[in-house]
Amino acid sequence: MRISLFIPCFVDQLYPNVAWSVVRVLEGLGHEVLFPESQSCCGQPPFNSGYWDESRSAARVTMKAFRDAEVVVGPSGSCVTMIKVFYPDLFKGEPDELKARELAAKTHEFSSFLVNVLGVTDVGAKFDGKVTFHDGCHGLRELGIKSEPRALLANVKGLELVEMCEAETCCGFGGTFAVKYAPISTAMDEVKCASILETGADTVVSNDSSCLMQIRGMLEKEKSAVRSLHLAEILASK
Amino acid sequence: MTGGRAIILGRIREALHNNPAPRPHTSHSQSEAAADHNGHAQREWLPKVGETLSERIDLFAKISEGLTTEFHRVPTMAAARDLITKLATESGWKKIGSHSHHDVDALLEGIDLPIVRTEKGYAIDDLESCDAGITGCDVLVAQTGGIMVSVESAGGRALSVLPPHHVVIARTSQMVPDLTAAFQHVKQKYGKQFPSFLSFITGPSRTGDIERILVLGAHGPKRLTVVLLD
Amino acid sequence: MATQSADFQTLSRRYTADKGFRAFIQKGMSGYYKKRDQNKANFQDWQGARDLAAEIKYEAINHLDKYLLEFEAKITARGAKVFWAQNAEAARDYILKVAQENNVRSIIKSKTMTSEEIHLNDALEKRGFGVFESDLGEYIVQLRKEAPFHLVFPAMHLTRGQISDLFQKELGSEATDEPEKLTMIARDVMRRKYCEADMGISGTNFAVAETGMISITENEGNARLTTSLPKIHVALLGIEKVLPKLEDLSLFLPMLATAGAGQTMTCYNTMYAGPRQPGEPDGPEQLHIVLLDNRRTELLADAEQRDSLGCIRCGACLNVCPIFKNVGGYSYGTTYGGPIGSVITPHLRGLKDWKHLSAASSLCGACTEACPVKIDLHHHLLQNRRNGAKSAPNPLEKVSFGGFSLMMGHPALYRLAVVFGRIFQPLQGLVNGTILDPLRAWTGSRKFPTLAPQSFHQQWKKDRGGKK
Repeated sequence: MRISLFIPCFVDQLYPNVAWSVVRVLEGLGHEVLFPESQSCCGQPPFNSGYWDESRSAARVTMKAFRDAEVVVGPSGSCVTMIKVFYPDLFKGEPDELKARELAAKTHEFSSFLVNVLGVTDVGAKFDGKVTFHDGCHGLRELGIKSEPRALLANVKGLELVEMCEAETCCGFGGTFAVKYAPISTAMDEVKCASILETGADTVVSNDSSCLMQIRGMLEKEKSAVRSLHLAEILASK
Repeated sequence: MTGGRAIILGRIREALHNNPAPRPHTSHSQSEAAADHNGHAQREWLPKVGETLSERIDLFAKISEGLTTEFHRVPTMAAARDLITKLATESGWKKIGSHSHHDVDALLEGIDLPIVRTEKGYAIDDLESCDAGITGCDVLVAQTGGIMVSVESAGGRALSVLPPHHVVIARTSQMVPDLTAAFQHVKQKYGKQFPSFLSFITGPSRTGDIERILVLGAHGPKRLTVVLLD
Repeated sequence: MATQSADFQTLSRRYTADKGFRAFIQKGMSGYYKKRDQNKANFQDWQGARDLAAEIKYEAINHLDKYLLEFEAKITARGAKVFWAQNAEAARDYILKVAQENNVRSIIKSKTMTSEEIHLNDALEKRGFGVFESDLGEYIVQLRKEAPFHLVFPAMHLTRGQISDLFQKELGSEATDEPEKLTMIARDVMRRKYCEADMGISGTNFAVAETGMISITENEGNARLTTSLPKIHVALLGIEKVLPKLEDLSLFLPMLATAGAGQTMTCYNTMYAGPRQPGEPDGPEQLHIVLLDNRRTELLADAEQRDSLGCIRCGACLNVCPIFKNVGGYSYGTTYGGPIGSVITPHLRGLKDWKHLSAASSLCGACTEACPVKIDLHHHLLQNRRNGAKSAPNPLEKVSFGGFSLMMGHPALYRLAVVFGRIFQPLQGLVNGTILDPLRAWTGSRKFPTLAPQSFHQQWKKDRGGKK
């Protein structure tokens, strides 16, 4: 398969290793990976704040970048949600509505793509550690992703998975919410981190880098030994 | 005085005119069921209620236990009378409330206590100082472990809620599977002459208002006893 | 004015800083979660039930005039009076008039959030009527002169110790730390009030069009007493509460109990079809139904968000909302808090002053998942944000996002901006956490990540050359 990579802007700038992990896994499964370099941002920040015209400007660049793609895969529940769930809303009644729907239909979140499209749950990964999984809200509730990451983690050699009580509770990132309502965002982060620590896991994993930024931000500030990694990084490790 | 009736209706019509709302995202096709409204659609989703009378009585008994409803199955009215006499002595009843009802009258035959009867009206303070209220009921609902009362079957509105102990005498033939069946009974029995009051009573009164901890016996009866006769 | 928004920030900061309080609220909720899940599992299919409930509400709300008229005709035929109140003032005035015309002195109330919405108690008390809240939670907050903390559990923010102190102070009762004893104290106080009150005011959970009935759900029995003994019963309800058929209650009553309180069925579910009918031994001589609009018709006109009128006020969305659990009910500063409050308050009280409630959310969607009637709550928050940005954009945001869209709309600009980002990052490091730090909202509690030396774009280009 020729798989076009959709790399969210903050993964691009802050966590390029996550992107490379996706590349390694997909190429490891024998697929050809393409990266349309004209992509910039899916347009979620202005969209979430209600500035839909501004969001459409960014979205059009994304739609153009993937116009000829066979299939599009991204390592982010929230950004894939933007494309799959919100592009049709964003462009409803607009000239680009059909293009938006077409892109929505062929875009997938990374773990969902592996399990539901490729039918793969074992990518031959190896990772020694006690891991707990944080369900990013967009992936969980907008895309219905729950079992896929767990099916993949179950086949990682050496990995022990423990569930935290607050796995499905929002970490408090929420985009600009994290700074606009910082005390609330912090409180939610505290609840999440406490739940992680309660499991005794040495690593927290998620399929959303924005959530990891929030969680890691607090764990590192509190000088915790718990690591935070993206699902792709676990799956790429041998 | 009709107040803003015309204005509000006008606003409603204007809001809805040529302004359709998106249908709910439902995974099952429910629109026909919703329009049909015979109450049968919900039976597919609500908890199971057993097929036979025996299963339903067992379900009712089980739920009653969880609610701390005192549920007694008795073979005869004589046995029911014995039960009531025992209850009266143990609880130290000095005065009770009741109403005109075939089974209630039979149950209280010969009981040696002053009785405040409600069917022709009563003084509130008289009823308030009763230790127990004895009533019939319309139906028992297996699905919820509760009973349904009306003005006729429970001697008005207050008899079954004001005294601190509510005792109900009922027959197994009054057992219905679920709320839908209870509402069908209401429509059949009362036709267009609905009583002004119907109530589903599911256990003794309770509250969760303090630290969301369950406490039994709030404002309504602290005890609910259901005596079921064949 | 921006005061509501500023108040929210102040209050939410105060409450989130109180870790003990947050833990206490969380503890209260955890018992509910367990029982709710047990009851949901008891349904043959909870999701199927939600779908049907959503469809029934869709039918009701989208034919609201038809069902309200049917309800009115049936219940007035049995002697009830129906008053259509355009707004809060009309509703208050009508109720005051009924009280005055009937020489009412003492009024007893059962729980009604709609009466909070119209500030009824205040208006009655100012005119010299004694008003007693009979619901235990409402009684407690009434004594404390506070608003209800939560739609369904008004006093869940108070410890038993605080309640004991309150009763000692206001009622002269003995100190106790047992919830049962505290409940009995309230019970004894209320018993006299029920017997002496001239008028009972209640809310309404559902109105049934087919049979002309109102339905009231409760656990304590106080609503039944409020509506049985006084000679006048006033029932207040929003116009959106009407359901088409009597059998609809067989779905809604168990769902309300499960979602609202984790119960199979609430203790008392009572249907009233009119005042005392001829031959009945007791019950009020007069039944007044007050149908309240108060801008609900504006929400009705917003087809996108019309489903919010399907709300059965169960409180399930509040119970799962991480914002509500951490900031508490008082931070919202308005009658209806939590997700449903954040959705409807801009419509009922003005977008400009209340859109901040829609912004104060991470859009996690737990509310939408919990709603028994499938209101698209978190998407409505997004829609409120969009509507707010269109009608009253924040100038700074407008400029920032304008810049953002310019940058992201032109990939070359984006790549250039990134270069500047790398230059500024070490500068930010110098002021990190101080008053000069533009990121201090983040860095106060979390470490901010470092920009990677090279973006993925740059690395790919280097590694894969000219390949697309």
